[in-house]
Amino acid sequence: MPLEYYLVLSALLFTIGVVGVLVRRNAIIIFMCIELMLNAANLAFVAISRSLGEASGQVFVIFVMAVAAAEVAIGLAIIVSVFKHQQTINVDEVNSLKG
Amino acid sequence: MNPEQILFFLFGAVSLIGAIAVISFRHPIYSALSLIVTFFAQAGLFILLGAHFVAAVQVIVYAGAIMVLFLFVIMLLNLGTLSAKGAITGKLKGFAVILGILLAVEGVYIAVKGTKPGDPAVASAETATESVNTTTYSIGELLFDEYLLPFEVTSLILLAALIGVIVLVKRETQEEN
Repeated sequence: MPLEYYLVLSALLFTIGVVGVLVRRNAIIIFMCIELMLNAANLAFVAISRSLGEASGQVFVIFVMAVAAAEVAIGLAIIVSVFKHQQTINVDEVNSLKG
Repeated sequence: MNPEQILFFLFGAVSLIGAIAVISFRHPIYSALSLIVTFFAQAGLFILLGAHFVAAVQVIVYAGAIMVLFLFVIMLLNLGTLSAKGAITGKLKGFAVILGILLAVEGVYIAVKGTKPGDPAVASAETATESVNTTTYSIGELLFDEYLLPFEVTSLILLAALIGVIVLVKRETQEEN
């Protein structure tokens, strides 16, 4: 498969993630859309790594996954503590810094 | 159409449909399950690209660990009952969708036009020689040799995340007591 096909697919997945972040107001779904965007970036990394014929891109995918895991753990902990304070995770209603 | 193309379009279509399902289901549980489908389809794409190790890590870390975390939090907070209004509506939504279409057009344009044929840096994936090492062995060699410092920094990030999560949750329980 030509490289362009993978890059176009990656761009479309990234766009769906961006639209999800813009449209949805549920904090957990916004997090899932961020995961979608990270995955689209991973796909582009692996496709270009294959096209260049070296493994460095795949090493960066491992790093992205580690960062994503850390980000999800902290983000969900924040969501849980926000929910305990305000009984909602709608990002339009969570608008005060000092709960 | 050779089998590789058929598999590419199959996995690509499944991952796109899964991604659209993630942002269109109202209930977070359905979104999470759609996201798992997308991750599996992407693991298939990684295998098509010859990145077997990344595909395995994708299934284990993303579809396994991260999604279990998501589902656990959704069930812990019992979100299905109260998130009736999960999306913006009206003009704002139209604006967001138009922006998304613009971004998609830009991304596709860059992906197609930015990769000039003949440039060695963007040679098609098909022409990449199979003899080039992108095996688990060569990834490990790169990870523990050339990228040793970033690797160690990654472990620091995970440690910081671990401590951060403990602090975040612990403070809550102390206040409740």
